[in-house]
Amino acid sequence: MEKKIKNTVEDGHGFRSVCYRLWKENKVAVFCALLIVIFALAAICAPLLTPYGYDEIVTDTYRLSQPSLAHPLGTDEVGRDVFTRLLYGARISLMVGIVPTIISMIVGALLGIIAGFVGGKADAVIMRLADIMLAFPSMLLAMVIMYTLGDGIINIFLALALVNWASVARIVRAETLKLKETEYVEAARSIGVSKWKIMMRHILPNCIPSLIVLFTLNIPSAILSESALGFLGLGIEKPMASWGLMVNTGRQYLYTNPWLSLAPSAAIMLVVLAFNFLGDGLRDVLDPHLKNQ
Amino acid sequence: MKNTTLLVEHLSASFFTGRGEIKAVNDVSITVPRRSIIGIVGESGCGKSMTARSIMRLLKYPGKIVGGSIRLMGKELTALTDAEMANVRGEEISMIFQEPMTSLNPVMKVGKQVQEAILLHRKITKKEAKEEVLRMFREVGISEPEKRYNCYPHELSGGLRQRIMIAMAMICRPKLLIADEPTTALDVTVEAQILELMKGLRDTVDTSIVLISHNLGVIAEVCDYVYVMYAGQIVEQADTFTLFEDPRHPYTKGLMASVKSLEDKNTVLETIHGTVPNLLELPEGCAFSPRCGEVCENCRQAQSLIEVAPNHLVRCYASKEVQHG
Amino acid sequence: MVTNIVKRILQTVLILIGVALLIFLMLRIIPGNAILTMMGDKTNPEAVERMTAELGLDKPFYVQFWMYIKGVFTGDLGTSYSLNRSVSELISTSFPNTVKLAIAAALVAWIVGIICGIIAAVKKNGIIDHLFMGVSLLGVSVPVFMVAMVLQYLLAYKLQWFPISSGNAGWVGYILPAIALGWNSAGSIARLTRSTLLEVLQEDYIDTARAKGYRQLYVIIRHALRNAVLPVITMMAVQLSSLLSGAVICETVFSINGIGRLAVAAIEARDIPLLQGTVLFSTVIVILGNLLADCLYSVLDPRIRKEV
Repeated sequence: MEKKIKNTVEDGHGFRSVCYRLWKENKVAVFCALLIVIFALAAICAPLLTPYGYDEIVTDTYRLSQPSLAHPLGTDEVGRDVFTRLLYGARISLMVGIVPTIISMIVGALLGIIAGFVGGKADAVIMRLADIMLAFPSMLLAMVIMYTLGDGIINIFLALALVNWASVARIVRAETLKLKETEYVEAARSIGVSKWKIMMRHILPNCIPSLIVLFTLNIPSAILSESALGFLGLGIEKPMASWGLMVNTGRQYLYTNPWLSLAPSAAIMLVVLAFNFLGDGLRDVLDPHLKNQ
Repeated sequence: MKNTTLLVEHLSASFFTGRGEIKAVNDVSITVPRRSIIGIVGESGCGKSMTARSIMRLLKYPGKIVGGSIRLMGKELTALTDAEMANVRGEEISMIFQEPMTSLNPVMKVGKQVQEAILLHRKITKKEAKEEVLRMFREVGISEPEKRYNCYPHELSGGLRQRIMIAMAMICRPKLLIADEPTTALDVTVEAQILELMKGLRDTVDTSIVLISHNLGVIAEVCDYVYVMYAGQIVEQADTFTLFEDPRHPYTKGLMASVKSLEDKNTVLETIHGTVPNLLELPEGCAFSPRCGEVCENCRQAQSLIEVAPNHLVRCYASKEVQHG
Repeated sequence: MVTNIVKRILQTVLILIGVALLIFLMLRIIPGNAILTMMGDKTNPEAVERMTAELGLDKPFYVQFWMYIKGVFTGDLGTSYSLNRSVSELISTSFPNTVKLAIAAALVAWIVGIICGIIAAVKKNGIIDHLFMGVSLLGVSVPVFMVAMVLQYLLAYKLQWFPISSGNAGWVGYILPAIALGWNSAGSIARLTRSTLLEVLQEDYIDTARAKGYRQLYVIIRHALRNAVLPVITMMAVQLSSLLSGAVICETVFSINGIGRLAVAAIEARDIPLLQGTVLFSTVIVILGNLLADCLYSVLDPRIRKEV
């Protein structure tokens, strides 16, 4: 623990120093960060990159047309441009990766700190609740929540946040328990600093490196969960484009038009892979002791 | 030659890191006569453990032996294949480590761990091996050997664990035992018992011991002959009595002074100022010169071991001058 | 050890009750009437009333929950509305298929994962290590359905080495699904095995074992592996949950009549008793798996065995 605190002071977790160390130690991770930026830009600038709309039927003569210059990935069963839908789908996937992860991080971190620091009944209640959430196979839990709430992007956010907060809370609680024993927290307590202030000023900032790593590693798992839900036909409302949903509809044409489902699959894989590599690299730089969790 | 158990000549071992070669063991020669206890003393990081590990050929990555010869009873160890070397370990040379807490496998009964050592090298049945283990347990002073046999390491005290380690090392009656800081992690009273035990085993088992320590008291207690190491080199070697009576190298003198000032309550604690040098940025000439109180022009040149008296070698110009003066 | 296990079992019972309550709440207290959600547009006042009575939805909430819990303990999970059969019967016919799939996938994952992890650790920082670790990250990153579809397309459809649908194909039908499902876990197991083994190989007792005269390979097998495998066992319990999650997808792609497919069918048919039953059952399996892993862990690690 002492070592960790020293790290925070000496090596610094400033944005520039982290970037520099990442570049020095793990070039693949930097490359992956770039890839993510490219995906994000493509998603944001989708209307500039393609002349079609995501639910615009561009051909009615050949619905399932093969790739061509006008339609680099062909058109789908309704006659929409697959490349366009892929671009718009990136919006959904990135949003679904980031928004619920942020929600679950905030909720999980707060509950984890409270459980670890306050202890007693609060700890017992929060952790048993987390145990219950973690007992579910995540996919089935998400399915049930989606079933209950119905389709829609907000509901996906809710479902994935509900599924993920518990593991964050567990890790943050463990971290808090360790930090609670350090001299500077003891010192702060002995001079009468309030609990809330200690949590916010001393404990939370020291959890941030782990939280950043957790954040980058939870995004790809959220993207994967959404795509799996989409694959089962649950998730966002049609005709919006989500990669998982595209795979779901494209699967029927797997043998004749394989790219219809494989192109969005590959997109999911690339984004998830990029986030995982980045998260791995960040973990080595920020928080080596997280490695085995 | 027949009475020499181990002869190490011009041994060099280095770590190869991204920032360059670290010469952790630099041209070290050691002679271990039969039935003797040899001490290697120095501050942490001086290369004494690396020397021991080199002899066992158990260097951790990225460490590597780069030159020199190690002869055990006339057999050249550096020329052996890995498999042949594995057969030598435990059978002809054994080693015990500093931390008895972590040196035993936590998920295996200690008796089994000792039994393994003999089953590996002798063609005997498990039952015979167990008998042998229990006999060895008694020999190293473990009470209730049958009960201890089935214990896990975490159930035993540090002193007991170190006794187990010694039993494990001695069970094949090796020619040479290398003990790397065997008592550093133990209480003073337990330390004395363990040292007594090792002295006794030297006679009953007929083995030679290389004892590595940073503690001059321990060295004085048991060793016949002492090598003082600094920055990967031997800076002084002499029999124990001579070394303590007439240390010649400024570094040895410093070590002695810091111990003596501890004993004499009236003097200020004497220390050698400065710290062990970074092996990547060694000074030109004598490695100790930046910390030496008697430094002069001559220290800029590489020093070699000079025989100042029979069997007393010192790596320092000044020691020669004392002789002449 | 015994008190420890008893404590753990009590905790498990608590979690089981919580899980049951949560599933119950999520499926009953949904916005709007559960019956309407279930029956969709084909509402017919009389049918709604009949269904309500049949499911006991006209009774107060706590009575409903009590009936449900009582049912769970007597093995009565209600009647599937869409398939018109008892839910427990449906589960008991489909569960063996999921077990077969999960075991096959776990075998793939553990054998491939542990072996690759060991090789990578032994050849640390070498080309093989980097290759394996890159591939394992790919394994973790590829969606299950993608592996499943690619395998199905290439090996079953193009090369015709395997049947496309596994439903009635016997054990051959489980090869592709097992690879698709195991692929994911193999990646994480390989990474974990590698990192724990590397950590264990730094331990002093590894030096002791080598000083005894063991060769590297024996040191790994006899001394390192057992210590390194302990965290991997905990991982297996976590994997059980993700195996069941993945099974939902895999069973759908390869048309295996397992519990995951049953859950998907329940959702499509808006069949609450069936959904409730399948989710509850899968979760109980995961919880029991975790309990088992914990007990196994404390048997394997003498340090824990003697604690408490």
